[in-house]
Amino acid sequence: MEILKEMLSAPILVRALIVGILVSLCAALLGVSLVLKRYSMIGDGLSHVGFGALAIAAVMNLAPMAVAIPVVILAAFLLLRLSSNSKIKGDSAIALISTGALAIGVMAVSMSHGVNIDLNSYLFGSIVSVSGGDVVISVILACAVLLMFIFFYTKIFAITFDESFAKATGINVNLYNMLIALLTAVTIVIGMRLMGSMLISSLIIFPALSSMRVFKSFKSVTICSAVISVVTFVIGMIISYAADTPCGASIVCVNIAAFAGFFIAGALLSRSKKS
Amino acid sequence: MALIRTEKLTLSYENMTVIENLDFEVKSGDYLCIVGENGSGKSTLVKALLGLKKPVGGLIEFGDGLLQKEIGYLPQQTSAQRDFPASVSEVVISGCLNSRGIRPFYSAKERKKASENIKLLGLSDLKNRSYRELSGGQQQRVLLARALCATKKLLLLDEPVTGLDPMVTAEMYELISKINKSGVTVIMVTHDISAAIRYASHILCMREGAEEHFFGTTEEFLKSDMSNFLTGSKRERSAENGDT
Repeated sequence: MEILKEMLSAPILVRALIVGILVSLCAALLGVSLVLKRYSMIGDGLSHVGFGALAIAAVMNLAPMAVAIPVVILAAFLLLRLSSNSKIKGDSAIALISTGALAIGVMAVSMSHGVNIDLNSYLFGSIVSVSGGDVVISVILACAVLLMFIFFYTKIFAITFDESFAKATGINVNLYNMLIALLTAVTIVIGMRLMGSMLISSLIIFPALSSMRVFKSFKSVTICSAVISVVTFVIGMIISYAADTPCGASIVCVNIAAFAGFFIAGALLSRSKKS
Repeated sequence: MALIRTEKLTLSYENMTVIENLDFEVKSGDYLCIVGENGSGKSTLVKALLGLKKPVGGLIEFGDGLLQKEIGYLPQQTSAQRDFPASVSEVVISGCLNSRGIRPFYSAKERKKASENIKLLGLSDLKNRSYRELSGGQQQRVLLARALCATKKLLLLDEPVTGLDPMVTAEMYELISKINKSGVTVIMVTHDISAAIRYASHILCMREGAEEHFFGTTEEFLKSDMSNFLTGSKRERSAENGDT
């Protein structure tokens, strides 16, 4: 409690907490759909593209978000198209794009003599880089994601469970997929500041996988991953502050622990049911 | 008036024409089996019937007040579905989506429809179980219940017995036959010629690259050359006679 009070008195930390909680919430909700559709790696690919875009923006002295958000949205649409219909299969397409973008970003940084770029904070995140603008964007994003999940929940379920059936019942599947891709792209770009481009995709993947160990309906999995995601984020931030560890890595470690806990709980539950 | 009628229907898949000048019709109460080898265009035809693929030529007509999105579709299962965390009732009620506009939640009427179909397919005990814990046959029944939620008139089943063991396959066919007798028209894509002959009232037989497809009643099919080719009875006969 003492630590939490201390944290809340620092404006930088308050900003980081607000952005982080909202981004964790969005990432977890979108993550359930992405993980179940076997699109987990899209999140990873997009974060690398985000790194490349941020690096180039920094070198060219442009506003980082104004460059990164459109570029990553574009990449999200491209990856979605690639994984649904193309000659290069989805997983290899993602690997191509993500390593390619990473390489371009590193080249840009290395060629920019005189510009002071903290590569470490790009890759692994830092709370200092969270700006007031990020707070505004993350509030808008969280509203959009929550509204989408409340109003289109049944459609999101149908599309995630069975795209061909959803198409047959007249749902505009492509539109919803694009919407999910767009929101995922924005989530990743904002989350990257805090978590770093190497670690942001864990926010999408871990909570969904953890809650799937224990819960068995789509609704309970969705709600549980949102809760896990926010709780692990706050615990990770506290640990990071108290032990002076990098926040992104601390949050992922808490998520690993949560996953292990849910994994064991799931195994125990299914065993007790059988006996 | 037929529920579905096609006229000179031509469909292509990745710029290759797979079906040319196909004529057939499905009347209310029919049980049509679409048979044919891989690559003969069965899946492409299914997509066209659902409106997911535009015909290159010819037309598909819907009659008797049937809307395209009111077809109860049972797609082939994907690997991602097998371990999907969803309860049986969540899956079944998602079949009601086509009758809803932008309303975000299901109405009491839709819930009732879902629970009726759950009962009809003998899934009441499994209602709150997770889809991923069910056997292949149970999963298929859940998807059939969902398809029934989407339609009153026409079921379109895409290889509904793939991966099921013989016992469960037989049960599934009986169930489909029962649904058909209760007044729902059935179109089933299948590899299983013997089941098609046994249950279907009409058969549409497609062959890769062939311009002539067979369409007619099951009796007509049994008399045709096409059935000899597919069931292999001609080959057996000629082997008995000793000519190769």
